[in-house]
Order: sequence, then structure tokens, then C-alpha cells
Amino acid sequence: MRSDVVIIGAGGAGLVSAINAHESGAKVIVLTKEYPTRSQTCMAQGGINAALSNAGEDSVEAHIKNTLKAAHGLAQESAVKFLCEEAIGAVEWLDSIGVPFSRTKDSKIAQRTLGGASAARACYAQDYTGLKILHTLYDRCLSLGIEILDERYLLEFITNKSENKVSVCGVSVLNKRSGEVEIYEAPSVIVATGGYSKIFHKHTTNSSSSTGDGIASALRAGARLSDMEFIQFHPTALKNSSILISESARGAGGYLLNSIGERFTNELLPRDEVARAIYDEMQKGEDVFLDIRHLGEAFIDEELPQERKLAILYENIDPVSDLIPIKPVAHYTMGGIEVDSESMTNVMGLFAVGECANHKVHGANRLGGNSLLELIVFGRQAGNNASKYAKNVKKDENISLHVEVESEVLDKIRNCTCRVSFYEKHKLIGDIFYKNVGIKRDKKELIFALDEIYKIKDDLPLMGVDDKSKIYNNNLVEFLEFKNMLELCETVLLSAIARGESRGAHFRVDAPSENDAIFKAHSIVDESGRVSYEN
Amino acid sequence: MKINIQREKLTQYEFDLEDATLLEALNEIKINQDASLVYASGCRSSVCGSCAMRVNGKEVLACAYKVQDGDLVEPLKNVPIIRDLVVDMSKAYKFNAKAKAWQSSPAKNISVTQEDEKINEVQSDCILCGACYSACPVYTVNSEFLGPFSLTRVWRYVSDKREDNTKDKIDTIQTNGVWDCTLCNECTIVCPQDISSKADIEKLRAKSAISGHMDPNFGSFGGFGGSFDGSPTF
Ligand SMILES: Cc1cc2nc3c(=O)[nH]c(=O)nc-3n(C[C@H](O)[C@H](O)[C@H](O)COP(=O)(O)OP(=O)(O)OC[C@H]3O[C@@H](n4cnc5c(N)ncnc54)[C@H](O)[C@@H]3O)c2cc1C
Ligand code: SF4
Ligand code: SF4
Ligand code: FES
Repeated sequence: MRSDVVIIGAGGAGLVSAINAHESGAKVIVLTKEYPTRSQTCMAQGGINAALSNAGEDSVEAHIKNTLKAAHGLAQESAVKFLCEEAIGAVEWLDSIGVPFSRTKDSKIAQRTLGGASAARACYAQDYTGLKILHTLYDRCLSLGIEILDERYLLEFITNKSENKVSVCGVSVLNKRSGEVEIYEAPSVIVATGGYSKIFHKHTTNSSSSTGDGIASALRAGARLSDMEFIQFHPTALKNSSILISESARGAGGYLLNSIGERFTNELLPRDEVARAIYDEMQKGEDVFLDIRHLGEAFIDEELPQERKLAILYENIDPVSDLIPIKPVAHYTMGGIEVDSESMTNVMGLFAVGECANHKVHGANRLGGNSLLELIVFGRQAGNNASKYAKNVKKDENISLHVEVESEVLDKIRNCTCRVSFYEKHKLIGDIFYKNVGIKRDKKELIFALDEIYKIKDDLPLMGVDDKSKIYNNNLVEFLEFKNMLELCETVLLSAIARGESRGAHFRVDAPSENDAIFKAHSIVDESGRVSYEN
Repeated sequence: MKINIQREKLTQYEFDLEDATLLEALNEIKINQDASLVYASGCRSSVCGSCAMRVNGKEVLACAYKVQDGDLVEPLKNVPIIRDLVVDMSKAYKFNAKAKAWQSSPAKNISVTQEDEKINEVQSDCILCGACYSACPVYTVNSEFLGPFSLTRVWRYVSDKREDNTKDKIDTIQTNGVWDCTLCNECTIVCPQDISSKADIEKLRAKSAISGHMDPNFGSFGGFGGSFDGSPTF
């Protein structure tokens, strides 16, 4: 099938790109491995940032300043400026298409304070912000007649090389329902496949689909990845299930307490600092709790209904009367596919947006509420640019032969006897990563982790799938996801080992301070595993 | 603990887990016993709508249901089964498009108050899990019924000040829509988000009547003055 723009991923980033590409006149097809409304974007609770000044004084300048501060010198000022300036229009647009934002008494969009923000800047819809934004975007796509194909798993980006230039010309996907390989041709392809926190296995707040597929495939297609070592830990996930309790609970005045009921940090510091403070308490053998009892039942039910439901269901405690046991877990991946100021990667025609992309606005530590914002602002940009780019490419490429190539690869996996369980290996990687590539890191431990990854890689030929069926073979899809994660683990570790300093979410106990002379730069890693730094 | 899962054949699995959700149990079975078991999941926190299925005949979210010894686990009803607990939701989802469940055009400068926002707050909590769709008895007689979640979604937009063409919305849901519901309330009972599509459909019926539409059952069932189950329609 042919179109002007193919979009992989139907989370917030994918759907905003689709709407904008469509509105700028392109024929668009969106492919997703789930259904659009099931994308991880629906899990966002806290809010989306914009300096509207609806709940006190704020300014675009303050938003820029807070974002740059959290980024620890690693954000690109022009990109941050663009993000924050566009924020107000982005939220207004969401409001205009029907997102049911919570309101203030004087009919303005309500705002609350998230960590690292100097003002109440996050616009929210109770604690279902992501859900309501994603569903409204989905409805908007339906109203525009945009074609969205569900349950198509991205295999590879198809590229061609001419005159030293690599450009994209389509994608191959596995139709999960039929088990067949399908090819979609397009001069412009947008990657919007989300982040890679699932490498932490159960130590993450993320959806099980955050396996970094698009990033790994882009790397194989020749794109560069950057800042892969920066992985944000959210301070307050439920202790047993790793399910997120939103930062808005702290923003509203929730306390962090240790086992003896003492507060030990300023709850409203940026995430990296709060996560480290909690980690230190836990290293001392303390349990850590979030206390929102004093906010009162009425407030909790009005502003944090989902949080209460989740705590009751997954931790067997009611936050109205009990302390919530928490721990920090992997939450957001700042690194990803490197893009330029037009959202294009170094592969011509291949664009990236959302958590899988690195627009260099989060640097070493993302602020809460800036990610949903990024989806809207850069989604618009990527959609428009992909559409424009497609209009200027006149080549017709026959890439249907890739069906056979990819089918063979999949048949080979199906026919291989499975002697080593990749599920076990994923769990092992998650545990190693949580311990060694987590909140505090040490060079020796990172090297140990890399060795383990290489060992697992060596075992890959022994891994395979027990399920031989063609129809809806999740076992096969999960194996492909595992292979992608394994590839990304290596890039994370190579980047984390190379960065011999501490900055934002990357904290090295063996080099605890920032070293601007060498490392005030973005790390780049290519397929050969070479790490370099650029500004 | 033992549970029975409706696959091609009813299959029993035994595992050792305490205070676990059904989703955790399914994961345990898939990873340690039978990799060929298929089901859908995502957020594991009751917000993505992927893991709806039936336990002992009732629709639940696997990630929100605490598994019990002897449970019978089956896929959703009224949708084609792809394999095991995975069903094809595409036709069901298409009803959102058929019902035009969206805001017609971007709004300009419309002020939404706190009260306005509360009117459809619950309806916009829908996670599109399809539980209501599976529970709805109408599908056995009318497979083209627009159904509970899409009608709830129409109410969400119709009741929103930002919608500028409610007439078109109401006109659209006259055929295979609001009048085909039996008001049996099954959808409400199973909704994990405490949404009552039945109540939303009643509100849409009232709005339809105000817009001059009539209950088509009224003629044929004239003597009863109500819909199939005899409950009043206004
Ligand atoms: C619990 C939680 C709470 C959060 N709260 C907030 C918040 O309050 N504010 C904020 O700003 N941010 C928040 N975030 C972060 C934010 O939600 C995410 O960064 C953002 O939603 C990512 O959107 P995305 O569109 O890039 O990717 P996603 O929403 O993850 O979507 C990825 C899409 O790609 C598809 N896909 C992936 N791989 C493939 C493949 N191989 N083939 C085909 N399709 C594929 C998926 O099916 C999906 O449709 C939160 C995150 C979590 C987990
Ligand atoms: S209305 Fe309730 S049951 Fe129906 S799809 Fe929405 S959340 Fe699920
Ligand atoms: S009340 Fe109406 S929509 Fe709900 S289950 Fe009954 S017939 Fe279906
Ligand atoms: S896994 Fe998302 S609702 Fe159950």
C-alpha cells in the first residue's frame, strides 16, 4: 500500500502528527501494534505544561528557565524556547477540539504545580489527563477520516542509498492477526513509537509496549541515537506493582516520609533529586511513604480519584487514611532518535517525535508535564514537515520484495527450538538494570552489566518461540520486542560508561560532579557502538 | 490455585500466587507454563482498556480483578475471537465513527465553566475497554446497534458546549441507535469506570424527542407504550 506519510505509533505523538500531516494535504496511514486508545499516553495523569497564568503568575520565560535548569546544560535553548512558546497555543488547540480540561471557578483551564516548576503550570483533566487527551485526538482522527490500522507490528524501516545519502521509502510490518508481513510505501515516515523504559522489566511505571521498537529499528536503518544514558526515575511508584502515583499528589502538598514518619527532602524538587533522596533513605534500610491523608477525602476524590483507586487495588491501602508505600522506578527515557530542528533524522524522509525522539528539550532530566507538551508541539511540526517533504519526492520505488525477506526472518524464528527462555532473560536484565543502571551508577557495575548483556546476546541463537502459530502469535512479537530492547540496552550502557560524570538523571558515584569541560554535550551512539559527543 | 481458560478447548491451569490480579496470573501461566496462551494487556493499571475479558460470565479488567480459585475465564462476547482471549475490536470501534462520536469542528472562544466540565466528566473517563459492548444483549438481535460506549461518547460531545452541530449528532443516532437499547442496564453493571451508558442513552432519547424525533417502537408496540422490556422510554 502506498501513501504520502506513514506514521508508526498511535500515541499522542503519532495522532497529532497524523492530524497535522492530513491537514497539510497528505494521504496518511497510521500503524500501531495496539489499538490507538491503548497507547501509553493514556496513562499520563499529572498534566501538560503551558504558562497560561491561570492559577497565579507565570511566564513563558519562567517555563524556559525551569526547563533549562532541569536539563543541566544539555538542552538546546532554541528548541526549549520553541517548546515553551508554542505551549500556550498547543493547550488552546487541545481545548478547541474538546479535551475536557479541569476548570477554575472563573472558567479557565485549571493548573497545578509539578516538580521543578516555579508556578502552577500543568493543565490537567483530574488525573486522567493523558487518557482524555489521547481519546480526544483519536476522535479527531476519526472525524477527519484518517486511516489507522491496528495491530501492525513494525519490523524494519526500508531505505535506499544513493549518492551517499540514505533515505527512507517505506516500512515492513507484521500483521499480528494474520501473521503475514505487509509493506507500506511512503516517501515520508514518522516514528512515534514511545520510549524504552520496559528494559527495566517490572521496575518501571510504563506500559508493556514501551519496548523501544522504533528506536532500535531506526538505529538499524542508519539513524543516530543520542543521550541514551539519561533515564528518569519517577520518585513515587507503588512499592509492589511499580504503578505510578502522580507527581500531582506531591504538587498538591503530599509529604514523603521515612519509617519513623520524618520528612527528609523537599518534595517539589526535580525528579532526579527527589528520587536520589528516596534512594538514600532506602539504602539506609528505611521504607518510604507518600502521605496525602491531610489533603482530605473530598480533595482526593476530586483531584486524585485514579490515585486512590490504584492504591486501594494494587497496594491494599486507602490513601485517605493510610500511608502509601512507594519506591522510585524507571519512568521516562530522555534519549532517543536524534532529530534536527525540523524533526527529521539523519535518514532522509524519516522523522521522529514523542518519547522515542530526542528533540533536545529535556536534556539530562525531564520536567513533569513537558512530555505531553512535546507530543503536541513537535507532533504538529513533524506532521507538517513530513507532508511537505513527501510532496517534493517524486520517486516510485518497488519495495514489495521485502515481504519475502522479512517473512523468511520470521519463519526462521518460528522454526528455531527454544532452549533458553527470553522471558527469564528479560527479567534478569530488568533486575540488573535496576540495580546497576538505576538511580546511582558506578563504572564497575556498568561494565559488569554490559558483560551480562553481551552474554545474553551470545545466547540469542538458543532463544526462540514455543508458539508456532501464525495467528496472533504474541510469543513471537514479544521475542522481537526483546531483541530490540537488548540492542538498546547496549547503547544505554555504552553511553553510560562513556559519560564519566554526574548530570541530572545520570548519577555516577565514582564521578559525582558535573564535568562541563568534557561532557556538556549530547552523547551520540551509532550502530557500531561508537560513542561521541556533539553540541 | 486452579483456573479454567476458554481457549480452543477449555484448559485448566494451576499456579501458586497470592493476592494476584488475573493479569498477573495470565503472565505467570504464559511465562512459566504455556507460551502459546494469548491475551491483550498494556498499562496493568486499569486505564488502557486492553485486558477486558469475562470471568464467571461477567466482564472484568484482568488487571483489576483479583483471581479466585476455580474461576472460568473467557473472551468478550459479541466480537469475533481471534485467538484465546484476544478478540477483534475493530468492528465495535467502528461504531464510534458511524455514530460520529466526535466534536464536529474546532471551537472558537467558548468559555467552559466548572459546571460545564462536570456534565460529561464521567463520560470522558471511558477507556474503550468494550466490557459494555460484550454485556449488551441487543447484539444477538441487531449486530448493527451503535451500542453503549459509542452512544456514551456521543453524549459526551452532545452535552459539550463546544459542539456546534448537535442536530447532526442526534439525527445520526436515530437508526440502530438510542431506540434499539432495551434499557436493561447490563452495560452499567460491568463498566469499570462507573459509566452508565443506559443513563446516557436515556438522556439522548430525551434530547432526540426535543429535536422532534420519535420512538420508532412506539408505533409497533403502541399498546405497551414502551420499548422491548416494557420500561418507559421517556
Ligand atoms: C504512568 C505515566 C504517567 C505519565 N504522566 C505524565 C504527565 O502527567 N505529563 C507528561 O507530560 N508526561 C507524562 N508521562 C509521559 C508521557 O505519557 C509519555 O512520554 C508520552 O505519552 C509518550 O507518548 P508517545 O506518543 O511518544 O508514545 P506512546 O504513547 O507510548 O505510544 C507509542 C505508540 O507506538 C506504538 N508502537 C510501539 N512500538 C511499535 C511497533 N513495533 N510497531 C507498531 N507500533 C508500535 C504503540 O502501539 C503506541 O501506539 C507519563 C508516563 C507514564 C508511563
Ligand atoms: S463505557 Fe465503560 S465498559 Fe464501556 S467501553 Fe467505556 S469504560 Fe469500558
Ligand atoms: S442498557 Fe442498552 S446499551 Fe446498555 S446493555 Fe442494555 S441494551 Fe445494551
Ligand atoms: S492492562 Fe490496561 S486496562 Fe488492564
